[in-house]
Amino acid sequence: MVADTAASRIAVVPRRPSAAVQVMAWLARRTEAVAIPLGAVLVGLALFSLFLLALGKSPAALVDLVWRGGFSSAFALQNSLQRAAPLLFAALCVALPARLGLVVIGGEGAIMLGGLAAAVVAPPLSAAPAPLVVGAMALAALLAGAVWIGAVGALKAYRGVDATIASLLMSYIAIAIANHLIEGPLRDPTSLNKPSTLPVGDANMLGPMPGLGVHWGLGAGVLACCLAWLLMERTTLGFSARIAGGNVRAAQIQGLPVRRLIVGFTALGGACAALAGFFEVAAVQGNANATLAAGYGFTGILVAFLARHNPLAIPPVALALGGLEASSGLIQRRMQLPDATILVLEGLLFLCLLVGETAYGRFKIFSPHLWASKKEAAA
Amino acid sequence: MTKTDLTRRHLLGGAAALGLAGLPGRVRAAGPLTVGFVYVGPKDDYGYNQAHAVAAKALKGLAGVEVVEEERVPETNAVEKTMESMINLDGAGLLFPTSFGYFNPFVIAAAKKYPKVQFRHCGGLWTEKDPKNAGSYFGYIAQGQYLNGIVAGHTTKSKKIGFVAAKPIPQVLNNVNAFLLGAQSVDPAITCQVIFTGEWSLAVKEAEATNALIDGGADVITCHVDSPKVTVETAARRGAFVCGYHVDQSPLAPQKYLTGAEWDWLPIYKGFVADVQAGRSPPNFLRGGLADGFVKMSAYGPAVSDGARRNADAVKAEMMKGGYEIIKGPLKDNAGKEVIAAGKGLPEKALELESTNYLVAGVRGAV
Repeated sequence: MVADTAASRIAVVPRRPSAAVQVMAWLARRTEAVAIPLGAVLVGLALFSLFLLALGKSPAALVDLVWRGGFSSAFALQNSLQRAAPLLFAALCVALPARLGLVVIGGEGAIMLGGLAAAVVAPPLSAAPAPLVVGAMALAALLAGAVWIGAVGALKAYRGVDATIASLLMSYIAIAIANHLIEGPLRDPTSLNKPSTLPVGDANMLGPMPGLGVHWGLGAGVLACCLAWLLMERTTLGFSARIAGGNVRAAQIQGLPVRRLIVGFTALGGACAALAGFFEVAAVQGNANATLAAGYGFTGILVAFLARHNPLAIPPVALALGGLEASSGLIQRRMQLPDATILVLEGLLFLCLLVGETAYGRFKIFSPHLWASKKEAAA
Repeated sequence: MTKTDLTRRHLLGGAAALGLAGLPGRVRAAGPLTVGFVYVGPKDDYGYNQAHAVAAKALKGLAGVEVVEEERVPETNAVEKTMESMINLDGAGLLFPTSFGYFNPFVIAAAKKYPKVQFRHCGGLWTEKDPKNAGSYFGYIAQGQYLNGIVAGHTTKSKKIGFVAAKPIPQVLNNVNAFLLGAQSVDPAITCQVIFTGEWSLAVKEAEATNALIDGGADVITCHVDSPKVTVETAARRGAFVCGYHVDQSPLAPQKYLTGAEWDWLPIYKGFVADVQAGRSPPNFLRGGLADGFVKMSAYGPAVSDGARRNADAVKAEMMKGGYEIIKGPLKDNAGKEVIAAGKGLPEKALELESTNYLVAGVRGAV
């Protein structure tokens, strides 16, 4: 398949061997970027099949249920898309700082704080028109997330604190603070056995996207992924960030504002995660409560790594994982497997991907130089 | 079987008394009724979810009933999809989403979308303005914690007992208060230290809290978290006695387990299933305690003295008559403020108990 595509691409640019070489080299790199994660996923699936066989269950039946539960019908797709929506934002919180070489895994805390901030600004504005309230809620969420994950970036940039550890620990702090406020000073006194903030009001709730039946978080998330891609790949700012991520020393020598880049991109990632919280409040829950910390921030890490931190790859990957989670219930019900089954699968996939990261550049077949030299030789 | 029939009568009687039953139901087509259970945690948690799963398992044995279950469903829009999936793919006609946080907005939304499916939610939040094909049920389990307290009061040597609590919400506070008041009915000098972990399920904190309570001198421990397993095992390992909660945890600590406050959801579920099978709409609001068979006690463990047994059995017999007042004036909270005046009392059905926001005098801890 790959060879066919390669041939057709070459045919487009005749009589320019150097261009053909370039295309081949480009293709080799792209193929590597797709083949290695795909290979890792296949290895993960193979290991998971062994796990299922050991339990006396059929991997084929599971695949069939994943298809039926996640993708085969309008209802299944809607289910998957709904689960994918918050993952888009959560994955951006990992993918954006990742291009600067930072592994930020504390998106969960930003989601929680974003949701809380959104819920808190709505009741005082209850007299204002709905679009204004919703705008203020989104803005409050963006700010909360930007400050929180931006602080992780600042700790890294100015104090050298490891961003992975800092973001994880700050996520626990964020959840604890949010829960304290929700159960204490900000609690709606009528929310007796499920402590919540005051409701944001039905008028300020976002409806479903027309024709899809999934809330607007999905559309906004896809848009955010596209914008993030443009920022990363098509602006000098994104280019600077990638330079800094590739080699901090080189970036500094070039006079790039590495520290500000780190703070800026972590803040941007935090703002994205916080939007997931905003949509949970404005489109799903109607108030902020402990269930804002539903694990989206952690699944988002997996999505970002599967997408290799490429914002454009995030939506399809999020849909795939959303589909897995959507089918999890059916797998429990039809195969009598525990809920942890899908978690085992996700864990195996993640492990294989991490191992796969070390495989880049190790397969000669993907080496641009190999293709270049072959082409030159042929010419 | 007679026991079941009796319970059914109680259920219907209770519902009729509330004036909420008797809504015209829809006659279901012949064929098995598929009943869907949704749990927030694992169904083998030795706790809240297991109490429901045990009943679900028993339902599987009934003729004309098929049971589908899903565990660890978060209180997000995921539960809406789980319910829809059970309806669309499994043909469920009766759903039991069992966690508090499922109700608003998710169960309400699903009930509006599927008016022909019956939804009964555990937690007791249904009101008249909610859809008629939805409803809720819950039990007065504080009665069980009061009996736990009596046994604890007879067993404690240090006069200090301990409570590992999830969140300071009314239903948890009622249990803490009942546990101490039961113990104080034996010896008014007994105090109870409570530690809130802040989460329904957080094993590490539950273990820390249990250890801290025992370090503080408590020698009988109970809890109100989703899964008492960690608390029971930790307490027993430290040599403290334990009173159980949700289900029978005696297998986890055979020597140290005194007794426990357990749910018995099976009669309720059987009643709901029979209603739907007969084409009736099951009651929308259902509550009950020991007398109604919603709550039961674990068998006494080997460490329970004869005196403790006699005392607890006598109070239990009183409770079986209905209307037993655990919260009885004069009663002060632990900040010294009077919460119930002398001569007044709150029977288990009192609405005031739904909004308890205090810990009674003698409880060390703050809401």
